Amino acid sequence: MTKIAPRQAYGEELVRLGQENPDIVVLDADVAKASMTYLFKEKFPERFFDLGISESDIVGTGAGFAVAGKIPFINAYANFLLGNGWEQIHISVAYANQNVKIVGHNIGASSGKDGPTHLPFEDIALMRVLPGIMIVEPADAIEMRKAVRAAAQHQGPIYLRVGRLPVPLVTCEEDPFELGKARILREGQDVTIIATGAMVAKGLEAAEELASLGISAEVINLHTIKPLDEETLLRSVQKTGAVVTAEEHTILGGMGSAVAELLVEEFPVPLQRVGVKDRFAVCAPYDELHNILGLTAKAITQSVQRVIRKNRQ
Amino acid sequence: MIQGKSLSHSELSEVARRMRRHILKMTHKAKGGHPGGCLSATDLLDVLYMNVLRVDPQNPHWDKRDFFFLSKGHAAPALYAALCERGFFPEEELFTFREAESRLPAYPSCESTPGVDMASGSLGQGLSIANGAALAAKLKGSDQRAYVMLGDGELHEGQVWEAMLTTAHYHLDNVCAIVDYNKLQLDGRLDEVKSLGDLPGKWRAFDWNVLEIDGHDLPQIEKAFAQAQAVKLQPSVIIAHTIKGKGVSFMEDQVDWHAAAPSDAELKIALEELK
Ligand SMILES: Cc1ncc(C[n+]2csc(CCOP(=O)(O)OP(=O)(O)O)c2C)c(N)n1
Repeated sequence: MTKIAPRQAYGEELVRLGQENPDIVVLDADVAKASMTYLFKEKFPERFFDLGISESDIVGTGAGFAVAGKIPFINAYANFLLGNGWEQIHISVAYANQNVKIVGHNIGASSGKDGPTHLPFEDIALMRVLPGIMIVEPADAIEMRKAVRAAAQHQGPIYLRVGRLPVPLVTCEEDPFELGKARILREGQDVTIIATGAMVAKGLEAAEELASLGISAEVINLHTIKPLDEETLLRSVQKTGAVVTAEEHTILGGMGSAVAELLVEEFPVPLQRVGVKDRFAVCAPYDELHNILGLTAKAITQSVQRVIRKNRQ
Repeated sequence: MIQGKSLSHSELSEVARRMRRHILKMTHKAKGGHPGGCLSATDLLDVLYMNVLRVDPQNPHWDKRDFFFLSKGHAAPALYAALCERGFFPEEELFTFREAESRLPAYPSCESTPGVDMASGSLGQGLSIANGAALAAKLKGSDQRAYVMLGDGELHEGQVWEAMLTTAHYHLDNVCAIVDYNKLQLDGRLDEVKSLGDLPGKWRAFDWNVLEIDGHDLPQIEKAFAQAQAVKLQPSVIIAHTIKGKGVSFMEDQVDWHAAAPSDAELKIALEELK
């Protein structure tokens, strides 16, 4: 399967958008080489601003650009941007409803070997509690391009989660993409696997394995984590009666929590969340870290078996 | 009216007197707010809104407007008084301050109030915003300017110093910061809580053009804004020495009036002093 790094697609699409729309400006916090915004910088140096290692300042500066009518994309490592800049995002972006595109890089296990100081597994939770901010994590590079474009067109704040390492292509150029609209990638009857980002490929892999065990799994690519596409999710779960969520994030307050909150209120069914289980990571390469943290197709398969067992009891 | 009004100094002083009365009546009626830090900022906001800012009360989102960000958002009543005097809304509306569905919430909100471009109340954020707006103006080739008012206590926030570097690095001569240097904060005197040391020296060391003035002297204030505008390739900060609670004898230089609403009797005395 072809693999492309989401950040590569992000950086390239930003350049294309820059060509089309002179109002787009890009801000970075001294990680332009990692975020790939250096591509934009090379092409449009006058519209690129390196704010240095100042994650609180970059959020406010982005908000100021938005006040003056520009469309700022602000970039930094997700943990530092959302950690240091949370209160600025809270007031100057969310409460002020400014059209700022917040782009968190190196998400999840992206820089596995750097260890816990560099591994954002809490960013979705940090953004979910802020009213009015859309949260988007594309499943692959193709979808990333569409998401960046849609983010630029969307009027309002948005948080885009961008991974560093290549992930398999699981969507096609022709697939429609709409912010806020979940996509069913594989239809099934027995269980709904709801995945986001790099975990979508693993959800599909698990579904394949489950099919050989006689279990028919529906796989949903939930690229927009907020607002939740309640309609698509409920329709699927009403059909299957069991759910497994999968995300490269802590299970506390993330996508799985959002789905669980919805289902507990609207249609309670057995549910398991695959994600980081309230622990810090360790220093390990990406794939190894995914194995250590249980972010695997196997973990999804086992969780599916558990929810199905619960339904039979 | 888009250009500043060019009021004379006696007219400005009359506006400042009215603004102080508005502030006291607003906080009295709302039984809350921060009169001390409003009254120290009044003369600065008076000159800024009457004679300096190019804004259009009929069209608050006019795309060539100058920007003002009240980073010390707790002085919202002073900002509302200035916006009212500039014609953004009628005087009666001032007295809806802090009411549930009012357009004039306790702290500034750009979603609610005509003429307010950014939410504030969480100290430390305004200079970054001004930098962003100023950079955008430069990019557009526009002569728009961005003004921001900071409290002296607010300068404890690290983000301000990040932003000071940004302003200087990009040579944003269209940014003018104003420090309301009243030497008091919430818990006490700045020098007791955490001293700022050589404040002008610190801004200078960050490559800012520093103008130090008496923040209650209207001609000095007006001159400082003009000087700031004349300096090229360097941002300016007006360090305005002020008195917290200025204009009301029993509030002046009193920490206790940081956040306290005047009672009926106190209001009466205060208004008498500001007749
Ligand atoms: C980030 C943040 N921390 C704390 C507060 C609470 N607070 C409100 S006003 C204030 C003191 C501000 O002092 P200063 O900036 O000197 O303002 P002034 O004396 O001019 O009113 C504090 C601590 C706040 N609003 N924001």
